[in-house]
Amino acid sequence: MQSKDLRFRLGTGAFALVLILLVVGIGVELTRQSMSSIVKFGLNFWRTQTWDPVVGDFGALPFIWGTLYSSILALVLATPVALGIAIFSSELAPSRLRQPLVFLIELLAAIPSIVYGLWGIFVLVPAVRALEVAIPSVLRQLPLFSGPPLGVGMLAAGLILAIMIIPFTSSVAREVLKSVPLAQREGAYALGATRFEAIRAALFFARTGIVGAVMLGFGRALGETMAVTMVIGNNPRISASLLAPQYTMAAVLANEFTEADTDLHIAALIEIGLVLFVITLVINGLSRLLIWSMARSSTPRAAAPLAEAAA
Amino acid sequence: MSNTTLRRKAVSSLFVGFCALSVLLALVPLALILFFVVAQGVQALNLDFFTHMPRPVGEPGGGMANAIVGTLILTGLGSLLAVPVGIMSGIYMSEYAGSRFAAATRFAADTLNGVPSIVIGVFVYGLAVLPFKQFSAFAGGIALGIMMIPIIARTTEELLLLIPGSMREGALALGATRARAVFTVVLPAALPGIVTGVVLALARIAGETAPLLFTSFNNRYFSTKLSQPIASLTVQVFTYAISPYADWHRQAWAGALVLVSIVLLCSLLARVATRRLERMHGG
Repeated sequence: MQSKDLRFRLGTGAFALVLILLVVGIGVELTRQSMSSIVKFGLNFWRTQTWDPVVGDFGALPFIWGTLYSSILALVLATPVALGIAIFSSELAPSRLRQPLVFLIELLAAIPSIVYGLWGIFVLVPAVRALEVAIPSVLRQLPLFSGPPLGVGMLAAGLILAIMIIPFTSSVAREVLKSVPLAQREGAYALGATRFEAIRAALFFARTGIVGAVMLGFGRALGETMAVTMVIGNNPRISASLLAPQYTMAAVLANEFTEADTDLHIAALIEIGLVLFVITLVINGLSRLLIWSMARSSTPRAAAPLAEAAA
Repeated sequence: MSNTTLRRKAVSSLFVGFCALSVLLALVPLALILFFVVAQGVQALNLDFFTHMPRPVGEPGGGMANAIVGTLILTGLGSLLAVPVGIMSGIYMSEYAGSRFAAATRFAADTLNGVPSIVIGVFVYGLAVLPFKQFSAFAGGIALGIMMIPIIARTTEELLLLIPGSMREGALALGATRARAVFTVVLPAALPGIVTGVVLALARIAGETAPLLFTSFNNRYFSTKLSQPIASLTVQVFTYAISPYADWHRQAWAGALVLVSIVLLCSLLARVATRRLERMHGG
């Protein structure tokens, strides 16, 4: 009987091993395939701005810039809203409203990226263009608002990314807030705190987990491809302007991969994929570490009886 | 009431107001997206869309029959790969939950879940396109399968852990081996939930574009050959959306409507199913 159990363990374990092999395999395979680019350009790949497949000169800085710029912009726009939603749906909304609310917000995560992109091209971009035209000329002097109002560009990309990451950040933040012991809030109320003050205390208690939730959204934004490709303008030129068409790492992969006809071009693109892989690995790993340490530190054992008594 | 109290109350109300406003800020884009997809899609969607092939530029009408079949084949291939691997590794993670290897698997699953889909596409390009020098439905199916595996694995794990320990113990007490206890008692009890999870994963994967761009590529003709490039709804919508032709734009909206309908339908079904499960287990 013991040998049968061992066989069961090994049998299911072999399938589990597939998951680990896949993660390792992606790293190894992407490194192997991009070797010629890594060897040829070294660190210059990440420091130079020329991307010229015809000459065979590849510098990825504009794509890194565009990826970071659009993701940080999305983070700035999405975080307050996502936290507001998390707080509203876990602390403030009437209990009958909570489930439908959560369902609706999570629908945002279920809509395919390509649909966001289509909507972005035909609805969001014209709206952004109208907004850009309306920017007063005084502000247009600033580098942040320089350039012609095209509609496609960094602002449209940041907006669409923000909408797309809100459900991820808010659902993790909601779980994190739920894990804050009820006694925390009860204590605050007992001391005469207002709602805001009690929630602020809970947020402070949950700060590591909240940071984890925000980082998880950031990780999503970094790798998002289709919607961004369709609205960012795909121009590999570094600019500080929100109005300027720019490019991201994921977008250049989507656009150039099938058209690349030299081995070096493909290797350079795969190197971009490799770095995207490593960055999202690190960001996601860190965010999970934070959420996990938060879940551990809130000692559910002490909180459980209280929660049961209150329910 | 003192001034401070008034101020504190005002700040509190303002905060509550901001939180409610955030919900609106997220629901407005959702409503706008759904509105435009339905309003624009309905105009272009008809029976031809499902039964006809794409027409060349300039000829109005036509449909996406080949892309619909392609998406079905690709998601089918993906599930063929992902369902066994996902469920079996989910079983491992829940049965040996305390072991180090299970923790490593769990970490790998979450990591894989966070890998951008375009990177999965690049990986499968090197794995299944380059060696054969040929884009293929097969490669696209692998890419989608890799994306489904971690979702199914984690869902299976979570649902198996929900099954009361007494059920497993009862089976073991009757002399069943661990495998028998899992496959005849624990897994069947969790099966409705797992099926729901698989359906949700399918819905999500059917909407993926990026991993298909350079694996299954696209095909203007009707094809069911696994060794050949194949059309898919998502890649077709992408091609049409960035084209300059108004007629193709209409088709793209129709494709988007079909995609969103699939997702909405699956989400609603899953929600109903989960509720029923919760009630059954007295949750």
